[in-house]
Amino acid sequence: MKKTLTAWVAAAITLTSAPAFADLVVPNLSYRTGAYAANGIPYADGFNDYFTLLNERDGGIGGEKVQSPECETAYNTEKGVECYESTKGTGALVYNPLSTGITYQLIPKMSADGITLYTPGYGRTSAANGKVFKWVFNFPANYWDGASVAIKYILDQEGGDIKGKTVALVYHNSAYGKEPIRTLEELAKKHGFTLKAIPVDHPGQEQKSQWLQIRREKPDYVLMWGWGVMNQVAIQEAVNIRYPMDHFIGVWWSGSENDVAPAGDKASGYKSLSFHGTGGAYPVYDDLKKYVVDTGKASGAGDQIGTMLYSRGMYAAMIISEAIRKAQEMTGKSDVNAAEVRDGFENLDLTEARLEELGLPNFAQPIKASCENHGGPGSAKVFQWDAAAKKWNEASDWISSDREVLDPLIAEDSAAYAKEAGIEESCK
Amino acid sequence: MPDQLLYAMEVTLNGLMAGVLYALVALGFVLIFKASGIFNYAQGVLALFAALTLVGIQEGQVPFAHLINAITGGHLTHFGWQVPAVIAIVLTAGVMVLLAIVIEKLVLKHLVSQAPIILFMATIGLAYFLEGFGDVMWGSDIKTLDVGLPQGINDTIETTTANWFGYGFFIDNLDIVATVVAVLLVTALTLFSQFSKQGRALRAVADDHQAALSVGISLRFIWVLVWSIAGFVALVAGIMWGSKSGVQFSLSLIALKALPVLMLGGFTSIPGAIVGGLIIGVGEKLFEFSIGPMIGGATENWFAYVLALVFLVFRPQGLFGERIIERV
Repeated sequence: MKKTLTAWVAAAITLTSAPAFADLVVPNLSYRTGAYAANGIPYADGFNDYFTLLNERDGGIGGEKVQSPECETAYNTEKGVECYESTKGTGALVYNPLSTGITYQLIPKMSADGITLYTPGYGRTSAANGKVFKWVFNFPANYWDGASVAIKYILDQEGGDIKGKTVALVYHNSAYGKEPIRTLEELAKKHGFTLKAIPVDHPGQEQKSQWLQIRREKPDYVLMWGWGVMNQVAIQEAVNIRYPMDHFIGVWWSGSENDVAPAGDKASGYKSLSFHGTGGAYPVYDDLKKYVVDTGKASGAGDQIGTMLYSRGMYAAMIISEAIRKAQEMTGKSDVNAAEVRDGFENLDLTEARLEELGLPNFAQPIKASCENHGGPGSAKVFQWDAAAKKWNEASDWISSDREVLDPLIAEDSAAYAKEAGIEESCK
Repeated sequence: MPDQLLYAMEVTLNGLMAGVLYALVALGFVLIFKASGIFNYAQGVLALFAALTLVGIQEGQVPFAHLINAITGGHLTHFGWQVPAVIAIVLTAGVMVLLAIVIEKLVLKHLVSQAPIILFMATIGLAYFLEGFGDVMWGSDIKTLDVGLPQGINDTIETTTANWFGYGFFIDNLDIVATVVAVLLVTALTLFSQFSKQGRALRAVADDHQAALSVGISLRFIWVLVWSIAGFVALVAGIMWGSKSGVQFSLSLIALKALPVLMLGGFTSIPGAIVGGLIIGVGEKLFEFSIGPMIGGATENWFAYVLALVFLVFRPQGLFGERIIERV
């Protein structure tokens, strides 16, 4: 009797919580609660909605439906790891935790478990070196690319010479915020500018000291590596001290509509990087509306389509689906496993023609991954906020990062990790 | 005058203003602790809930729209009207009174004579419930709060100080408004507690619950009253902080800024909350200005607690707190 009851309970749990084993499972480690929920929600919605679109319009990927069961991390590293541990047994193929802190914890675990960790635009930068980080991919761009692109843009604005200028970095005092410092220090040596690093503690609700310092020291440009409320307060404080907004540039995680809204019209002119396009003009959104929003299957209210973070979540899902498609093509079967999906990532060749087929023409840079290159093209555009029109306008074309500076840094950092973890660099 | 001295003066003034904002949050804690001995963990969430409700009413947002739409398949978001700021503030204050009544009826009433730790745990539960309830009721997107408060540098102060010292000081207009509002609020609270019947009842309960009950003062009424006032104080704090950052769920974390203020000023003193706020505000800003650059910056969060702990060594009850003597 006891055994029967246990069996029934186990069966019930399996039926209610685990996806059907025939499905492709891509867990969505999201955050819809806590201090960073306002950013986590549109990203998670974009991520889910793209898979729903594939399921509804195409019957999934290669005939296999995709499931993206959510697990709430609240942007908390411990909870993120718990989410991974509790979902990895469901046949999970790949994870995208949207947190650098969680990423750092998951890299050794997932490498040992043989599951791909995909961290577009965040996470450990040196994971771009596939010879060391076999199971981690961070294309199309990483933090060091972002720092380099921002400096290249400033160089362009200053006629190619920034010697003697001062660039301040206002950063979230966490693993994420500290990532670009090393690169910026190297770039400062190369171009002769002074770097002033100004940390802001979590959550960043109070930044008076930091902005008084900026007012006193008058840096020529301010870069920002912020997240959540830190971004909104920083932009408001910059407005308050009358810092020229067109000299204030955020990384892609400091450039959503959420970040500029509270400062109202005065946020106009603020700039931010992005490694993908934004706005609702891409053809894929017509399908999203038809198959997902209008049929009531949208993850959220459907009002975030085309916003920066929704687009980014959708982009991450698109890359994952293309890697799965590649894995299916390579193996000749539809029900691919985690190892095969990793191979799909490593052989991904996302061309502009393919992006156009997917309804995303000129949305992002083409990606050609390889065993060595898990970091992609490393390019980004600068966008500028127009408060009156409430939209981001392109302020630059694609700017590629400075490989001369970045490649040695990536090699050095990944070699240090390889030594620490006992990994032999290899592409055999 | 040397530049560093001028900068230190500017930092001190801004520290005082920041201290007022911290004190506004701390006041809510003090009011409830003084009247009922409860450390209200939910005070930060009350500020968040009040600010969410204010924006929701002002913007004519349909409460529980997501829930209603999910059930009915509709697309409700807004009623299509805008409510003037003053009316919205009054209506929100009304909602906070209603909330106080509900809290008293559903939570506090059932916990009369329980140990303080039980009441504290209840407020933790209340905080999580209210955070989720606010999310379901008003949505979790970042909302712009605009009740017409001025923001940005005060030109008069900048020009005047530039004429005097050759360096124009930065003082935020919003901080000036917060200071004026805090002074008015503390004055009103003091007058209320000194001269009104309810205020005297409140003080009587604070002094001795049993004695107050024996002379016919209703403890339940006092709890509703004090939670209503704390709700109103939370609304004021929510407006000030929400005007800076937009109304979002991280607003509840402003409570963290109030804790060192309470440790320093004492849990039972309204003037203590104000003075504590000012000391913490000035102390953390001056430390960040003078020592911060030598040790990598971002010192404010932890230094506020260190400062409070240093005071506790000499006055465990806080600067203005009541000394508790327990005899065996």
